[in-house]
Amino acid sequence: MKRIRKLILAGLSLIGAALLLSGCGQLLLFNPKGPIGEAERFVIFAAIALMLLVVIPVAIMNVWFPWRYRAARSGDAYAPKWNNSLKIEVVVWLVPAIIVTILGILVWETTHRLDPYKPIETGVPPVRIEAVSLDWKWLFIYPELNIAVVNQLVFPAKVPLSFRLTSASVMTSFFIPQLGSQIYAMGGMQTQLNLLADEPGTYAGQNQQYSGLGYSGMNFKAIATSREEFDAWVQKVRQSPEVLDLTRYERLETPSEKDPVTLFSSVDPGLFDTILVKHGMPMKMNSTDLKSEPQRMHMHPNPSEKN
Amino acid sequence: MFGKLSLSAVPYHDLIVMGAVAGSILLGVVILGLVTYFRLWKPLWTEWLTSVDHKKIGIMYIVLALVMMLRGISDAIMMRAQQAMAAGMSHGYLPPDHFNQIFSAHGTIMIIFVAMPFIVGLMNIVIPLQIGARDVAFPYLNAVSFWLTAAGAALVMVSLGVGEFSTAGWSGYAPLTEKQFSPGTGVDYWMWAFQISGAGSLLTSINFLVTIIKMRAPGMTLMRMPIFVWSALCTAVLMVLSFPVLTAALGMLTMDRYLGMHFFSNTLGGNMMLYANLFWIWGHPEVYIVILPAFGIYSEVVATFSGKPLFGYTSMVYATAAIMVLSFSVWVHHFFTMGASANVNIFFGISTMIIAVPTGVKIFNWLFTMYRGRIRFATPMYWTAAFIATFAVGGMAGILLAAPASDYVLHNSLFLIAHFHNMLIPGALFSYLAGFTYWFPKAMGFKLNEKWGRRAFFGWLVGFYLSFIPLYILGIMGMPRRMAHYDNLAWHPFLIVAAVGAAVITLGVASQLIQLLVSIKERRAARDLTGDPWGGRTLEWAIASPPPVYNFAQLPSVHEIDAFADMKEKGTAYQRPERYTDIHMPKNTGAGFINGVLAFAFGFAMVWYIWWLAILSALGMIVIMIVRAGDDHRHYTVTAAEVARIETQRYQQLAAARGAA
Amino acid sequence: MTTETMTLNASIDASTGADGEHGDSTALSIFGFWLYILSDLVLFATLFATYVVLGRNYAGGPTGKELFDLPYVLGETMLLLVSSATYGLAVLAMHRQRRDRVLAWLFVTLLLGAAFVFMEISEFRHLILDGHGPGRSAFLSAFFTLVGTHGAHVSAGLIWIAVMMGQLVTKGLTPPVQCRLMQLSIFWHFLDIVWVGVFTIVYLMGVM
Repeated sequence: MKRIRKLILAGLSLIGAALLLSGCGQLLLFNPKGPIGEAERFVIFAAIALMLLVVIPVAIMNVWFPWRYRAARSGDAYAPKWNNSLKIEVVVWLVPAIIVTILGILVWETTHRLDPYKPIETGVPPVRIEAVSLDWKWLFIYPELNIAVVNQLVFPAKVPLSFRLTSASVMTSFFIPQLGSQIYAMGGMQTQLNLLADEPGTYAGQNQQYSGLGYSGMNFKAIATSREEFDAWVQKVRQSPEVLDLTRYERLETPSEKDPVTLFSSVDPGLFDTILVKHGMPMKMNSTDLKSEPQRMHMHPNPSEKN
Repeated sequence: MFGKLSLSAVPYHDLIVMGAVAGSILLGVVILGLVTYFRLWKPLWTEWLTSVDHKKIGIMYIVLALVMMLRGISDAIMMRAQQAMAAGMSHGYLPPDHFNQIFSAHGTIMIIFVAMPFIVGLMNIVIPLQIGARDVAFPYLNAVSFWLTAAGAALVMVSLGVGEFSTAGWSGYAPLTEKQFSPGTGVDYWMWAFQISGAGSLLTSINFLVTIIKMRAPGMTLMRMPIFVWSALCTAVLMVLSFPVLTAALGMLTMDRYLGMHFFSNTLGGNMMLYANLFWIWGHPEVYIVILPAFGIYSEVVATFSGKPLFGYTSMVYATAAIMVLSFSVWVHHFFTMGASANVNIFFGISTMIIAVPTGVKIFNWLFTMYRGRIRFATPMYWTAAFIATFAVGGMAGILLAAPASDYVLHNSLFLIAHFHNMLIPGALFSYLAGFTYWFPKAMGFKLNEKWGRRAFFGWLVGFYLSFIPLYILGIMGMPRRMAHYDNLAWHPFLIVAAVGAAVITLGVASQLIQLLVSIKERRAARDLTGDPWGGRTLEWAIASPPPVYNFAQLPSVHEIDAFADMKEKGTAYQRPERYTDIHMPKNTGAGFINGVLAFAFGFAMVWYIWWLAILSALGMIVIMIVRAGDDHRHYTVTAAEVARIETQRYQQLAAARGAA
Repeated sequence: MTTETMTLNASIDASTGADGEHGDSTALSIFGFWLYILSDLVLFATLFATYVVLGRNYAGGPTGKELFDLPYVLGETMLLLVSSATYGLAVLAMHRQRRDRVLAWLFVTLLLGAAFVFMEISEFRHLILDGHGPGRSAFLSAFFTLVGTHGAHVSAGLIWIAVMMGQLVTKGLTPPVQCRLMQLSIFWHFLDIVWVGVFTIVYLMGVM
């Protein structure tokens, strides 16, 4: 037993050392930088707290009962026939049921509130961004500014971000851990996401859904800036000699890994919708529909078809 | 002539792969050499490969599971080693393509070729004995099921040296598995291995449903069935209803890949979300297929070793049935981040959480079975006691993934990996190992070594925590799953700890192998002469270990839930019937084995586009079926005199053992 | 297809129930076969669901309205429905222990079923020759797979009928043969019911 205890201690100290080495600030999901991430952290903590109401007693009984009733010590307490108790049964059905009910209410409320499709109301008009997942890089188009960037996302802090996403290849998932909510990007389909950064900073952005050979390198920096810095950055992008027309886009579609950040001073209008149609979105759809009506990826493949 | 197959399909240039291939071949040659040396070919064929005896088929299933587990664990060690190395400037020792094959193979093998054969093997050995039957309903079909599973496993193993395995993950999400994105043979290997063994699983489920519903001993009403039988029944229902969905989904993927159709492609109207839905409509019940019988095993073990009946039998039955029903209404929780509406996500989130209620009830029932018991700590009880709290922690993590809002940040991270390993290692695997130790004397006639059993247990337990606690933390740190390389150096220390954990688990696995060897060596001293080595409560312990081919000379009659405990208490255990009667038993046949060989040939031919072989092997299977259908003489008789002789021997042995004790 | 052939294998073999009581083995086999039918039903349900999901994804290709020839399909339907009836007559003859009648009705069923399969194959052939093959659109993929899977089942049933005719000739109406005829009966009527679903959901609703 001693050796076992040593093993366990060694293990715990290993994990502790690892925590110290990396620092708690690295627990990205517990250090959110936006309201969505904050609310999602709250859900995590609340659910853990509620579950501990069951898990702690279970852990105690799990240690206490085998210890107390082991053959050598059981003695008179041994009740070889005892196998039911209405009281206990009622408690073990009711308590989990009550906890799950509370969790259910929490789920109901937070899932509606944190719906990735739901615009964030701050009184400031959002920055619109169209994200295209390519093998193996991210393309971000700013339709209102008519600029685009590969593998870097720059945006003003304290301003809501409204994403439309699609994929020009396989299924991927767009995720900036410290801002919250990820969402899939899928070919021929459009998903939406709304995020907001509370403070300027550089956050990790990544593809969270395995997508083949270059998957591990498919990440980007998400840089939240002040409004002025953002405007200056936009000016900088506008100076770029690169222009994203259809031929340049075709080149982007060829699989490549770890592409450098590339700035495009202008973008072919409607490129995002072109990509959608190219990868399977039914042609007859009116592209203005796409922007106005929040499109949902229901179980039905092309919700537009139903309309 | 050989389709796409040529010598260049063998990855000579890859030293790691070739090492594994050489190792596997060497092992195979050694085994074949030993079989030849000891002149075991004939007994191997007549008593094992052609057997339709549920006990032998069960043992073969478990051997298959253990062999495949070694492969799956090797994959796990390679992944952990890679991630412990490939930080920042270092790219580790595996190229991404190889790493991707390894995690795809690891998942496929562990679910389909370890968990499934292990639990089906235990069900095979135990279920007929627990319900007092002489075999399963369709013994030949049972052999076919096993050989189909083995054929699938063989396909995965062959992919190691001939061609490549899938790089698209065990769940094979479209459109990555479409020809456009995965033109190689890897996805085909994965698909056919899944498909062929899936057919075997479906047949198994039909077999066990009929066996359990129709072949119980007189007096064993549904509410007197042992909990393991209940859990097997629910599992069989899940299998009958879910495996056809997998068959259809993989069939459609086959159509896409072989005939250029557009089910899941992202062109011409295909829909990749349809694949995700279909896969998880099978995949989530599959989780309960492997875990419900595990709950059953824990229930049996905890009752036996606490020396008490299971607390709340009725609750347990209803909880099991409730999980069975609910498991079909939760599949969307695997992709909350697909962009479905809040209401859809809420529905599936809450129904997922509702499963926590019956599961919680089960946990309390096990705890209260121990309460006021007289607990003996043999190895199976170690596994069970360690499982309970560990599983509760995993369940807590599960709730975080079931709430859509927190899943939006935890999805596809290492937190998810930690969660489902937390459910599948302590939840399922620990129980299989408990059941393995518990029923080993029944199947083999001698007990396993306790000392090495405990070492294996502590290796697994400590190794498990060391491997997966860091993964929970890494998930919170935002690390996605399946990364062949990463730049964030803060993750590195945790991945080193996880690799240490994998090494400790390896020690546990090694202890298990040593346990087997030591136990076989000392088998005479550890013989189980009574047939009831643990003070068991259910019918399998009423007969000899190992049981005679017909199991029960006379079908027992059942009056209570724990039938054998009841018999022992009333003094009716071990009663000899006045006279014995002839018993009809199914004859052995090589047809099942040949069917497996043909299924393997079919799968291999389809992978490599060797059409003539595919057609021939398919025709072969049909011919076997027709020939088999024309054979009405499939039974032989064990005469009453022969039964009397075997039983007399058994009772002499029993008397001697009790006299000695 | 493997599942299917193997399960058929199982069903034919099912009379080997090792319960030691021969009388029960028929009951076991029939029950087991019902479970197989249940699993097959789930398979078809999945294909139907897929068809419903993908059925309007024409991808610029032809729609069901343009492709389907209702009177032709109605002919197919009639063939299959009548074959179900003739199989019923075969079972009635079986209960009266009249082997030659059983053989005759089985033969009629076989012909009707073969005619159905022939009509289906020629429908497929026309579609493919006209450039409306299963690779044209998700709709056509789902159509060919659903209808084709049913057709493959019917074809398997035809082989089974032929095998049973052989067994009737060589063995006569023994209890195991009767048991297998009952299983085949369940299978054949089941395929009929599935076809009614195909006719309604694929053809009728496709044209409307």
